[in-house]
Amino acid sequence: MDLESLYQDIILDHYKHPRGKGLLDRPMGSAFHVNPTCGDEITVQVNQDPQGGLIIGYDGQGCSISQASASVLVELIHGETIEKSEEIRKAFLEMMHAQGAGDPNEDILGDAIAFAGVAKFPARVKCALLSWMALQDAEIQAGLLTTGEGA
Amino acid sequence: MSTLDVTAIKADFPILSTTVRGGHRLVYLDSGATSQKPTVVLDAERNYYEQHNAAVHRGAHALAELATEDFEAARVTIAGFVGARAKDLVFTKNATESLNLVSYAFSNATALNNRGAGLIDPRFVLNPGDSIVITEMEHHANLIPWQEVCRKTGATLRWIPLTDEGRLDLTHLEDLIDHTTKVVSVVHQSNILGTINPVKMLMDRAHAVGAIGIIDGCQSVPHMPVDVHHLGADLVAWSGHKMLGPTGIGCLWGTEEILEAMPPFITGGSMIQMVEMEKSTFAPPPQKFEAGTPVVAQAVALAAGARYLEKIGMSAVADHEFELAEYTVDALNALVGVRIIGPANAHERGSAVSFVVDGLHPHDVGQVLDSRGVAVRVGHHCAWPTCRRFAVPSTTRISPYIYNDTSDIDEAIDGIVAAQEFFGVK
Repeated sequence: MDLESLYQDIILDHYKHPRGKGLLDRPMGSAFHVNPTCGDEITVQVNQDPQGGLIIGYDGQGCSISQASASVLVELIHGETIEKSEEIRKAFLEMMHAQGAGDPNEDILGDAIAFAGVAKFPARVKCALLSWMALQDAEIQAGLLTTGEGA
Repeated sequence: MSTLDVTAIKADFPILSTTVRGGHRLVYLDSGATSQKPTVVLDAERNYYEQHNAAVHRGAHALAELATEDFEAARVTIAGFVGARAKDLVFTKNATESLNLVSYAFSNATALNNRGAGLIDPRFVLNPGDSIVITEMEHHANLIPWQEVCRKTGATLRWIPLTDEGRLDLTHLEDLIDHTTKVVSVVHQSNILGTINPVKMLMDRAHAVGAIGIIDGCQSVPHMPVDVHHLGADLVAWSGHKMLGPTGIGCLWGTEEILEAMPPFITGGSMIQMVEMEKSTFAPPPQKFEAGTPVVAQAVALAAGARYLEKIGMSAVADHEFELAEYTVDALNALVGVRIIGPANAHERGSAVSFVVDGLHPHDVGQVLDSRGVAVRVGHHCAWPTCRRFAVPSTTRISPYIYNDTSDIDEAIDGIVAAQEFFGVK
């Protein structure tokens, strides 16, 4: 098995140097998610600036995939509108459920495209999705999203 | 050198000659989760279905007789494996169900008693003020059922804490197991730490205060000689699939007196004596606890597994595992940046060894090992509170069995070093 196809350099870089890690003061929405099979934990928090840009905070502990995914999430979602956030989140979910097939859009997904290889490892898909599920919950809690669709 | 002929044993397990992940020899070190199955077990199940399959304990035809004989002979064999009589052995679907069967005896007895529904043995009736004592190293299967019983009855859950070495801290045992205690339910050998607990002493303490003593034997019955009468317990639960048997069968041994006193768990067909529209009476144990079509093929196959282990000899199995435990512990201790969670020596411990690697998450350690064909368990091992006790989110666990030798351990050790190098933490 090719370990490099799972652990792309981008993923390892985000794991070792997480971007934007830290919690927000008085978040509008905050969601704590755990992966009950391995105990990985993530808290994702959301605020919105006056122009409608999302402010994302997070903290967590877990494997390289779950933590790198959270770091990539912040990089992608921070400053975006809720509509754009949804577009990116859905593209990410679609890629992770494609089992390595499909044609992920790099323009939308940016560094997250590195997770396409993770989709071939069923046991690790949950790790990659953990922070994205928490993001959705935090956005719902913040009143920015109304439905739980797309999970 | 090992006391077992591991090469010959390996040859009896078809799956161990397969390759995984692009041609790597399978190095199976996850037997604490489930054991692999020798050909004799697979054949026993297949032969049963090919030659004797029928509904047991009913029907007047030839196959029904043969199937019933197979099933009850299997009960004799499996009971004998732990020094017990067949009539005191209950088959369940797994050890979790065995422990739930016991915990529900308490909540059912309490509910029945509170309604004044017949004569209920007071030992099973729980009230606020009563306590249930477990340990901080229980598998969730021996934790959550008791949490639920406490929620239903108002009893209090207590647990024996752990030392930093991963052994029971018995300093305040007499305060923990006191006159309020109705249940003491403890694991014999920890699935996550490997620790072997002084269960006889704990059962004696339970009986001294009038409590019922229960042992989770999932990790001990497959790995060492166990005679239920020497454990001093009232009830012992274990699983079939961890001792070479198929999935779908668990065991519960109880003293005749306790099994008779316990109300049933799952009710329905096969567990009754007489049924009217308004009420029913129940069959004597073990049938009282075996409602519905029982686990016949699984019992037949598990009996074949028990015979296979008996042929090797459980003392030889225990000696072999001690050697592997010592070898694994020494090898892990010698690695820089690796810390064993649980006893870091081979004294009073099984061969399942958990560890953490500095700077690496267990999931990533397991992934690198898997890429080399080495199967280990990563996660909290259904013992999340135990992980919390040691301030780790999860661990990696090596758990060998009769078909592993030191070369398998070497493969795992090499894989750990490779993971450290791959992630640049060495």
